[in-house]
Parts: sequence; C-alpha cells; structure tokens
Amino acid sequence: MPEKFDCIVVGAGPAGTACAYELAKAGVNVLLLERGEYPGSKNVMGGVLYRKMMEDIIPEFYKEAPLERPIVEQRFMLMDKESAVTFSYKGLEWGREPYNNFTVLRAKFDQWFAEKAVEQGALLVCETVALECIVENGRVVGVRTDRPDGEVYADVVVLADGVNSLLAKQLGFHREWRPDEVALATMEILKLDKKVIEERFNLEPGQGCTIELLGDATKGILGTGFLYTNKDTLSIGVGTLLSGLIKHKIKPYELLEYVKNHPMIRPYLQGSEPVEYLAHLIPEGGYHSMPKVVGDGVLVVGDAAQLVNAIHREGSNMAMTSGRLAAETIIMAKTYNDFSESMLDHYRLKLMESFIVQDLKKYKDATHHFDAFPQYFERYIPLLNRAASHMFTVDGASKWEKQRKIWRDLGSMKEKLKLARDVFKAWEVMK
Amino acid sequence: MLHIVACIKQVPDTKVAKINPKTNTIDRASAPAILNPYDAHAVEEAVRLKKRYGGVVSVLTMGPPPAVKAIRKCIELGADEGYMISDRAFAGADTLATSYALAKALEQIAKQRPIDLIICGKMTIDGDTGQVGPGIARRLDIPPLTGVNKVVEINKEKGYAIVHRKLEDGYEVVKSTLPCLFTVEKEINDISFAPLPNMIKAARYYPTIWTANDLENVDRKQLGLKGSPTIVSKIWTPPKPKGGEMLEGTTEEKVEQLLSIVLEKKELFQS
Repeated sequence: MPEKFDCIVVGAGPAGTACAYELAKAGVNVLLLERGEYPGSKNVMGGVLYRKMMEDIIPEFYKEAPLERPIVEQRFMLMDKESAVTFSYKGLEWGREPYNNFTVLRAKFDQWFAEKAVEQGALLVCETVALECIVENGRVVGVRTDRPDGEVYADVVVLADGVNSLLAKQLGFHREWRPDEVALATMEILKLDKKVIEERFNLEPGQGCTIELLGDATKGILGTGFLYTNKDTLSIGVGTLLSGLIKHKIKPYELLEYVKNHPMIRPYLQGSEPVEYLAHLIPEGGYHSMPKVVGDGVLVVGDAAQLVNAIHREGSNMAMTSGRLAAETIIMAKTYNDFSESMLDHYRLKLMESFIVQDLKKYKDATHHFDAFPQYFERYIPLLNRAASHMFTVDGASKWEKQRKIWRDLGSMKEKLKLARDVFKAWEVMK
Repeated sequence: MLHIVACIKQVPDTKVAKINPKTNTIDRASAPAILNPYDAHAVEEAVRLKKRYGGVVSVLTMGPPPAVKAIRKCIELGADEGYMISDRAFAGADTLATSYALAKALEQIAKQRPIDLIICGKMTIDGDTGQVGPGIARRLDIPPLTGVNKVVEINKEKGYAIVHRKLEDGYEVVKSTLPCLFTVEKEINDISFAPLPNMIKAARYYPTIWTANDLENVDRKQLGLKGSPTIVSKIWTPPKPKGGEMLEGTTEEKVEQLLSIVLEKKELFQS
C-alpha cells in the first residue's frame, strides 16, 4: 500500500524547500522529493541571495548559513568593445546587519536550507525523479517517481520542479516555453585567493561586490553578463534569451569565453583557475508567460511558475516567497480539509498581491520590448561609450566642440528622433 | 529465518579526494563521504539472500555521528536494522582495534537475535587493507570466506553455506559451517535501484547507537588508538608511471600497431 502524506513537494530548490520548511514547522506531514544526489547538486544561479525574503522564513539565517560575501557594492558596466561606462553604488550599511544581499554557491546553500527543513520535520528523499502527477477524477492525488513501487500519495502536491516543470506541463498548465521566454545562462566558478579578490575589487575583508555587464559582454545580444565575488572564488557568467542565441547563431560557451577575454573583464580574472562550469535555463517570460499556478490538489511555485524578474536579476527571493505563500495556503486548506482549486486559489491571490506579481507586472513588456528593438544594446550602448570618450578626452578641442561632435554622432535628425522615441519607450516599459 | 549482518563503513570518495601534499593523507574535507562501494555490494547480497531464504538484515558500522548517513543508504538498499558504535574511545583505530570493537558489537547484536552470517566488503577504498573482515571472523571464532563472488546455497537447518571464492586463475567452491563470515567482491551482484518505500523508510530511519560503555565485557585497552599497534612509518603518493606510447588511429589501426609492437618485443613477454 503506497504511503500517503499531507503534502508532497517536488524539487528541493529555494521555492520547494521554503514551502516544505514552513509546512513542516506547522506540523504538516511533508515529503520533499529531489532528483539530485543532494539538494543543490543540480541547481544553478549567478549567486545573489536576498536577505529579506530568506529572513521571512529563517530569521537571522546569515548567522549560520553558508554564505559567501555580503554585497556592499553593485556595479553596472555598459560595455563597448574597448570601453565601459560604469555606474556603481557602494554603501557600507549593506556590510552590516541586517544586510541587503549575499553571494552564495547554491550547491552549499541549498543543502543547508534543506537540512533546516528536515530539522523542522520534513522528510527529504533525494535521487528520486518525479515523473508525473497521479490524477484521479481530475484531481492531483500524488506523484509517480522513477523508482520501483514509486507511487506516493498526498492531499496536495506542490510543483517546485524548476524552469521546465515537466509535471505542470503534463497537467496542461503551460505549453513548451518559446525561445524568447527562457534565457540560457552559462557560468564558471574561478578560484582566486581571498586577498587578491579583496584588493582587486576594493573590498574590506569578507565583503563582496557584484558587477552586472551590459552591452558588448553579450556581443549586443539581449541579456546580461555578471561577475560576482565569492569567498575565494569568482562567479562569471552570461545569460541571454535563447532566441538571441539562435538569431545570432552563437553558442553559449563562446559567449562565456568572449566575456572572460573581454579587455574590460580580463584583468579581474587574471591568475584564477576554473573549478566548475555550470549552465541552466532561466524563465524570463515574465508576467505574460505565467502559467496556471493552481489546480485541484496542486500548486506551482518558483521557476516552474516563471517567477523571475530578469531586469533586477531576482528569482530565488521570489521562489522563496512563493513557496512560503503556497505553504500558508496549504495550512489554511488543511484546517478546512479542502484542497480543491477554489480553496487553493488563495495562493494565486496572495501571489498577485505580493511584490512578486507586482514586479512582474511592472516589467511585463520590458524584455519583449528590448528583444524586439535590438538598437538599445547594439547601438545606444556604444553611442554612450563614444560620447563619454569624446567628453572626457582632453585634446584641446573646446567642450562646445565636443558636444557638437557627440550630437553629430547621434546621426541624422530622423535617427535622433528615433533615439528620443526609444528612450521614452524604454521609460514606458520600465516605469 | 536468517539473520545476516553486513559490516559497513563510511569513507571519503577517493575518486574525488585530494591528497594533502604535506602529510600524504587523504584530505577528508575535499571529498564527500560515501558508503564504501564494496560494502554496498555486501548489503545488496545480504538483502538478496533475505529475499531468497527469508530473514532479517542488520547493518553495523563504527564511525562518527555523520556516519548515520551510510546506515540510511543501507536501509535504502533494503536492510532492516542499523547499529552504530560511536565514541571518542574508538577513534584512531587500526584494523586490529576496529575488528575488536566490531566483534564486541556483533556479540551484543547476537544477544538480541542470533547471527547466522556476517558479510563484509572485500576492503575499504580508504584503507585498502581487507583485514577487518577476517579479523572479525578470527575474534568470533567463525570461518572467514574471503573473495566471495557467488553464493550457491545457504542452508540454516543443516548449518552450511556453499560459495564461490575468487582465485587468481578461476574460482573454488567452498562449503563452510554456519555461522561464518564472507568478504565479497564487487562482481557478486549489481546494486539494485532502491524502491521508493525504502527511500522513505531510510529518510526517517535512526539507528541504534552504542558508545563504548554500552558494549559489555570490553577491554578498553584494545579500543581505538590505544589498541592499535600499527605504526605508519612512511606514507607517500606513488609517482605516476612515466613513458609509454599512445597509439592513434581507428581501432583496427591501433590493433595492428599494438600487434607489431608485441611481435617486435616478444622476448619481453616470454620471460
């Protein structure tokens, strides 16, 4: 006789583990299934973990969690081939409690987080792949795994199975993602001495810095590169929409090699040794791509629900909050012993009210806009670099002359109008 | 009803472990802790025999508290019970002291349920000695059957076991009285893919843990570092063999080249 739990959570990433943690803490009998050898073994992200949403689940987690460095500086580099315009904010308030965010290595962090859920009473089973939901009379009643006697039942199943969510797809909650709804990120972890990292990035011992790379880092393809400081490693990567890679016929690892050898980036990496290579899909379809997230006996959280804010590189925080909201809904549903879609729809409503869907709505057209109009990355970032170069090069020409030169560089009147229109449109989709 | 006990050990995965160049010992932090691969085959065989003849499979390990994970792995494979002896007093044991402590724990287990058969892996991948299995057998005064690669029959009523023992040029068929102890080769079985109910049971499982005080009639002088006469006088990483020649081309071409080299240097192979 297969076992029945109150709840099965499929996937021990930030969303699934947050959900299992909250459920177990409330005394719900929860099974957390993970396909990897251990939680985190298959999970990838650039590496920024936001403090607030994690603290909503485990207060003062930063006192014991395996974190790399608290971020005190966030830089943005708008890159051309041999130049970059850089914006940065550095604030020492981010270097002390309560902190803003941290770099993490997911293989370590996810394992720790899952252990915390186990301490609360969640049952974690690894190396087990959930193949499909068991559906009876239109209701999800359990999951079928790849193991012998692999069926297990529950009142409610939470799908935290990541970007491709085969289980949600099987239920007809979403179709196959289009290439312009998912980004492919590739990254490397490079070993570098602690002290060298701190000197190179102008950091106090233990503090960290993130650099987002726009423009030539992705050869003008819509996407971003990133360079983050860990304890004694650097994380460098690039993520671009799959559609961009297809259009430009470029392979993801070529792009990663390109950014690693970029003259603006290479000096940061000098002397480092690659220790790991990772790649993963990121759901970047945003608000328009959000699938159905609730059904009879089933909820969808995290990447599986396309909860990523590509503009602000936020995802794991949204995942955790969605997991927490799903858990709150399940705890409520349990008191009524009603796991129907109409009861569980409470989760969807909470999601809509939260910062998650608010932020996704704010930027709902941004990715599509920049994807449809490549001139932002292809033309305007180089233009900005040239303008800065003209303005700051002291060569005897007067500043008036320089401004005229920059103005000429903007092109014909028609092109200038287009630029003005594009700036306005960009403001429209981002505001 | 057979009662089979598999003795297991949690070891650093030596496939990925790094050697500390100063001390020439395994840097344990560099590698994940796994169930010793030979021991997985020992547990698998115990579970297969249980399915064949009926009975109970227990596993026993000596190790620090995190070794509970290795016991859980055995429960996944189908073991019924897990025992662990864990104490500072056991630390630093060589194979002599280890086999002593395990033998004492086995005596204790046998008091609860008499043991018919003990199965160990051929050796551990961190120590590579293969001495603990036979050491346990000697201390319990039961026959050790090393290098077992097939179990032909276990007959509890008539009190015998028939197995194949691997030899350099074949195998021998051996009949032994019960209880006895096997150390098994990897080829004895293929590890099966654990069913989900076992995975769930393992995730919940907590073994019986004994300290040195919990074991009866223990001579503390024979435990841990104190009971270990082994002295490591020198330890080094064997140098990688140099020279050699890589053959290139298709398989046929490589076979051709190899054959001509062998024929050319046949005196070397005849001696």
